[in-house]
Amino acid sequence: MIAPLKPDLITVNIDGKEIAVPKGTNAIEAARLVGVDVPYYCYHPKLSVVGNCRMCLIEIGMPAVDPATKTPIMDPATGKQKINWIPRPQIGCATNASPGLHIRTNTAQIKDCREGVMEFLLVNHPLDCPICDQAGECKLQEQSTGYGRGYSRYVEQKNFKPKRTQLGPRVMLDDERCILCSRCIRFCKEVVKDDVLGFIDRGSYSTLTCFPGKALENNYSLNTVDICPVGALTSTDFRFKMRVWFLKQTNSIDTESSVGANTVVWSREGVIYRITPRPNDGVNDTWMADTGRELFKAVRAPNRLTAVKLDGLDTSLEVALNSAGAILKAAGRTVALVGSGRSSVEEHSLARKLAETLGASTHMVSRIGEGDRMLISGDRNPNVRGALVVGLIKKLPTEKLTALGGAIDTGAVTVVVSLGEDLHAAGLTAAQLAKVKIIYLGTHADTTTKAAQVVVPTLTVFEKSGTLVNQQFRLQKFAKCVPGPAGATDDLAVLAKLVVTAGGTATLGDLPNVWASLATTVAGLAAISYATLPDTGLLLDSTPFASLPFCEGETFHYQPAATTATMKV
Amino acid sequence: MSAAISSSMNLKPATLLRIDEVITHYPVKRSATLPLLHLIQEDVGYISEEAITWVATKLELQPINVYEVVTFYPMFRQKPIGRRHIKVCRTLSCALLGGYKTCEAFEHAFNTHRGEISPDGEVTIEFVECLASCGTAPVVLIDDDLHENVDVAKAKKLSDQIKSEASQRR
Amino acid sequence: MPAPQQRRIIFKHIDAPGYTNDLACYVRHGGYEILKKAVTLPAATIIDEVKKSGLRGRGGAGFPCGVKWGLVDRKSGKPIYLVVNADESEPGTFKDRYIIHQDPHQLLEGIMIASFANNVKQAYIYIRGEFPHGARILEQAVAEARAANFVGPNILGTSYSCEIFVHRGAGAYICGEETGLIESLEGKRPYPRIKPPYFPAVLGLYQCPTIVNNVETLCHVKHILEMGGDTYAKIGTPNNTGTRLLCVSGHVKRPGYYEFAVGEITLGELLNEVCGGPLPGRTFKAVIPGGSSAKILKFGETFTLKNKDGSSRTLTVEEIPMDFDTLAACGTMGGSGGVIVMDDSVNMVEALANINAFYAHESCGQCTPCREGSLWMKKITARMVHQQARSEDGALLKSVADQIAGRTICAFGEACSWPTQSFVAKFGDEFKGYAETRKEPKRADALELV
Repeated sequence: MIAPLKPDLITVNIDGKEIAVPKGTNAIEAARLVGVDVPYYCYHPKLSVVGNCRMCLIEIGMPAVDPATKTPIMDPATGKQKINWIPRPQIGCATNASPGLHIRTNTAQIKDCREGVMEFLLVNHPLDCPICDQAGECKLQEQSTGYGRGYSRYVEQKNFKPKRTQLGPRVMLDDERCILCSRCIRFCKEVVKDDVLGFIDRGSYSTLTCFPGKALENNYSLNTVDICPVGALTSTDFRFKMRVWFLKQTNSIDTESSVGANTVVWSREGVIYRITPRPNDGVNDTWMADTGRELFKAVRAPNRLTAVKLDGLDTSLEVALNSAGAILKAAGRTVALVGSGRSSVEEHSLARKLAETLGASTHMVSRIGEGDRMLISGDRNPNVRGALVVGLIKKLPTEKLTALGGAIDTGAVTVVVSLGEDLHAAGLTAAQLAKVKIIYLGTHADTTTKAAQVVVPTLTVFEKSGTLVNQQFRLQKFAKCVPGPAGATDDLAVLAKLVVTAGGTATLGDLPNVWASLATTVAGLAAISYATLPDTGLLLDSTPFASLPFCEGETFHYQPAATTATMKV
Repeated sequence: MSAAISSSMNLKPATLLRIDEVITHYPVKRSATLPLLHLIQEDVGYISEEAITWVATKLELQPINVYEVVTFYPMFRQKPIGRRHIKVCRTLSCALLGGYKTCEAFEHAFNTHRGEISPDGEVTIEFVECLASCGTAPVVLIDDDLHENVDVAKAKKLSDQIKSEASQRR
Repeated sequence: MPAPQQRRIIFKHIDAPGYTNDLACYVRHGGYEILKKAVTLPAATIIDEVKKSGLRGRGGAGFPCGVKWGLVDRKSGKPIYLVVNADESEPGTFKDRYIIHQDPHQLLEGIMIASFANNVKQAYIYIRGEFPHGARILEQAVAEARAANFVGPNILGTSYSCEIFVHRGAGAYICGEETGLIESLEGKRPYPRIKPPYFPAVLGLYQCPTIVNNVETLCHVKHILEMGGDTYAKIGTPNNTGTRLLCVSGHVKRPGYYEFAVGEITLGELLNEVCGGPLPGRTFKAVIPGGSSAKILKFGETFTLKNKDGSSRTLTVEEIPMDFDTLAACGTMGGSGGVIVMDDSVNMVEALANINAFYAHESCGQCTPCREGSLWMKKITARMVHQQARSEDGALLKSVADQIAGRTICAFGEACSWPTQSFVAKFGDEFKGYAETRKEPKRADALELV
C-alpha cells in the first residue's frame, strides 16, 4: 500500500477548538472532525458547491493584524490575538480552511439563521411524513428537530405542485416535497454526464422535472434517491414497502462486476428490502449502479435450489456428500474442478485444496461485458483476482470451457465438480454433460443441475460472509445479511466436507480457520484476518499478476495498466 | 429524435440567417440560447417543445437546458397568443397612478381576462412587472411599442384603434 | 432659496430639439473625440483618471468604479470581458432607457473607452427584453460606429480591436444582479453565483475576468476623461462625486428624469420645487429614494447624523441631500436613483403588497430564504388586503424579512426584505390597524395597488 502524501496541514479554530486540517478543507468537513455538526442540505462532498440551501451558515473571522506593521493585535480581555469577525454569516460549504480561520457555529445569530431556514423550508413542504418513505432518514425531520423552532407561524395556503411524477423507470418524484437543493441535477450532470434533470419556472414555484419525452433512466438513477435529503425522490421499487427504522443494515459488496462497489443491505426478519451504496472514496465514492441494487432478488427467485439431490432424488446432505466422495475417489485423477469467479476468496482457497486433494485440473469461466466507465467494469465476475491470489487459477478465465470439453471427449475427465457454474452455458454440449458425472454446488437451478448426479444447494452472497478481491486488487469483505433458505448450506462447510470425503486432510469450513490457513499458505495474505480487515478494504500486492491481460477498461478509481491496454489489441 | 425534427423547423430564411449569425457572437454556443429563442418567437409566435429541442440540437445542448431557460423568463411563451400583445405595467409607480384600472379597461374593451386570448383573437392582455418608464405612468407595451400615461380614457382609445385596424383587415 | 439648477452632463442632449440618435448627429456634437484622445493614452492613465474621479457605480450598489476596474485579474492570460448592465429593472428607475433610446453613441463611446483602458476585446450590452426598440437602436448604433472605425478591428488606425454585441434579456429582474446577468448571458437560468469564489473580476463570464458596469456609469467615464478625474471629482461632494440621474415617479406634479450634481439637491427641493410638489389637494406621505428596494422614508420623521467634527445635526426627510452617504446614514440608499413618491391617498399595507408581489415574482428561487420568504411576505400582505388582516401580521412580516436579509446568495435578499422591514417599522400603526380599516368599504375613488 502506498501511503498518501502528507497534506498541507493548517490550524483552524472551531467553536474554540483548535484543529489541524488539510488546507482548503471546507468548514463543514473541518467542523465534522472536531465533532461539531454544521447542518446542510445542498452540500454533498462529491458534487460541486452551489450554496443554495443556506442551512450551513456560520460566522467566520480572522486574527487581527495591524495593517501597517503586520503585527498581531491583541485582545486585552483574553490576552489572545483579537479576531475580526465578519458580521454577515457565511456558508460553511464554500468557506475553505485557511491558516488562522476562526469559525463559530454556536452563536445566537447562527441559531436564528438555522431556525429561519428551517421555517422557510417547511412553509411550502407538505406535512405528509406519516406516508412518506423518507421518514426516519429525512434531513428535514432530523434538522427541524435539531435546529428548528418547533412550531409554525405559517397560515397561508401552501403551493401546489405535481405529487407523482414518474421521472424514470425507477424513480418517482413528489415536487411538493422537493426543497430545490439541486443535488440530483448536479449528480446527473457531473457524475453520470446525463444532463436530464432541471428546474423549470421560477421562485417558490420552481419545479424539478425532465424535458417532456425524456426520462431519468440511466443506470445510476437511484443515486438521486439516495442523495435526495428529503422525500422528493423515492425508489419505485422500495416505495411504500417498509419503514426504514425497522431495517437492519449489513455491509456488503456489489458483485455485479470486478469494481466491487461497497454496499449496505437493508433487511428485516430475513427479508431484504433494498441495497444502497456505502461510501468508499477508493472504490465507489458514494455511488452504485441501479442494476446492483436488484441483485438481492435472486435470494427469493423461483429457481432457487433448496433440496439436496442425489441422482435427481431428494436426500440428506450427508448422504449426498458421501456419494460425492465415493464418485471422486473412484475417478482417480480424472476429475476437473470448475471454479467460479463469483466465489469468495475463502471458497477459492478451499476449492484449491479440493483440487489438490484430487489432482484435479481447474477451470474458470469468464464473464466479459462492456464496462460503463463508471462503476461497472468489463469483468462481470467479482472475484477472478481472488482466485489468482489464492492460486486456484494461474491464468485468466476463458469464455468457454473448450479445453475441458476436449478432455471429456478423450475420457481424460470423467467427473466434473462445478461450483455454481452452468457448464452447458459455458460451452459443454449435452453429450459431453451426459458422458461425465457432475457434482454441483450452487444456488440456482440451471441446465447443469438437471444433469448433475449430486446437487448441493449453497448460499448467495447475502447469506454468508467472506471476502472478494476487486479489480484494484483490493480485498473487501461482505457480511451475512439474512439466513439462507432451509436446505441450503454454507459453501465453505460443503467444500470442507467434500475435501474430507474425497480423502483430503480434515479442514474446518469456517472463516477464522480458513484465514488462519491463508495467512500461512498465501504470501500476500499474511497478517490479514477477516475480523480485522477494514470496512474500506485493503490493497494487496498486484505485481505478481502484472503480466496478465485483464479485461477491464477505465472506471472510477481504476486505470488499466499500460501493458494491459496494448495486450488487449 | 433530432432526425425527426425538420432541419429548418419551417422558420423564415431570414430568421435562419440571423440565427446562424448570432451564434458567432459568442465563444460558447450556449450563450446564444436567449437570442435564438427571441428570434424563433418573433418568427413563429411562441416556443414549442419542438423548438426547444431544435435550439438544443443547434447549440449542442440537452433539451432540458433550454426548457429551464424558456420557463424562467416570462417573455418566452409556450402557447400562441392573440394578434396583439398588450402588456400593462403592474408595479408600484404605475399602480399608484391607476395601472390596475388601465388593465381592467383593456380587459373590458376586449371582453377578456389577463393571460387569455380575447374571444375575437385580437389581443392577449397581461400584467407585467416594471417596464422602466415610471415617470410616464401608467405605461403599456403593445407589441414592441411603449404607450405612456395610459389612463382609462387612453386605454379605451388604444383599444378602439386596435379594433378598427382589425375590422379594416377583415 | 431656489432649488439648484440641473447640471446636465449625461443628459446634455436628451430631449434637445433636433438631436437624433444617429452617428452623424453625435459626431456633429463632438462625439467620439474623447475616444480618439483615449487611444493615444496609456491604459493605466485612463484607469487612474477614473480612480481620481471617485465615480461610484450608478446601478444601485454605488461601488467605486475605479476600484472595480482595479480588481480585475490581468495576469490570468484569459480574455477580459466588459458586460454592460442595461437591464434597468429596479422599479422606479428609468434613466438608462433615455440614454439608450436617445443617445446610444454616448454609451458606445463610454464602452470603448472602458474597454480600451481594460484591454477588453469583447463587450456585451445586456439590455432588458422589454426594450425591443432600444436593442435595435443599439444594434444600429454599433453598426454605424463599426463602419466609422470606432468599434471593431483596429479602431481609429490603432492596433486595438474590440467588438460590441447587444444581448437581449427576457423579463427577469434578477438579471440586474451582475452574476445573475453573467449566467443569463451564458444562456442559463440567471441564478446568481456564490461569492466567493465567483467574483466577476476573477471568475466572471465564461470563468474569465469580467467587468460589469451600468449604462450611466460608462457614460460618466467618457466625461471623466474629457474633463479629467480631478475636475470631475469637484462636482458633487467628497466621496459622492459627479452628477447623477434622478428618476421621479408617483404622486408629484412633474414626474420625470433630472440630472444634478450628487448631493447638491435635497429631497425636498427635488420633490417640491423641481417636481412641482404634491398633486392638488394632497400631501406627501412617504418616499422611496433609490428604487423600490431602498428603505422607505416617512415625511415627518427626522434623522440625527454625526458630523465629521463629532457634533451632530438633525435632518428632516426634505433636508436630506440626494447623495450616497447621507441617504445611507439615514438608513436607506441612493440605489439606482429611482425616487417613488406616495401621497396621503396611499395605504401603506396596500403599497407594500404591491411591492411584495413584485419581489415574489422576481425571486429566482435558487436559495431558500429569498425563495420562500419573498412569497410568504407576498402571501401575508395579499391576505391582509384581500381576505383577513390580523393585528400580528406586521410583526410577522418584519420577522420573515429579518430571516432573509443578509443570508442569501445575492443582494436580492436585502432588496426584497428592506421594503417590508421599513414599511412595518415606520407605518406599524397602519399595519396593526389594517384589520379594522378593512371592515370599512373602500372609497370609490381609492387606488387599487394589488
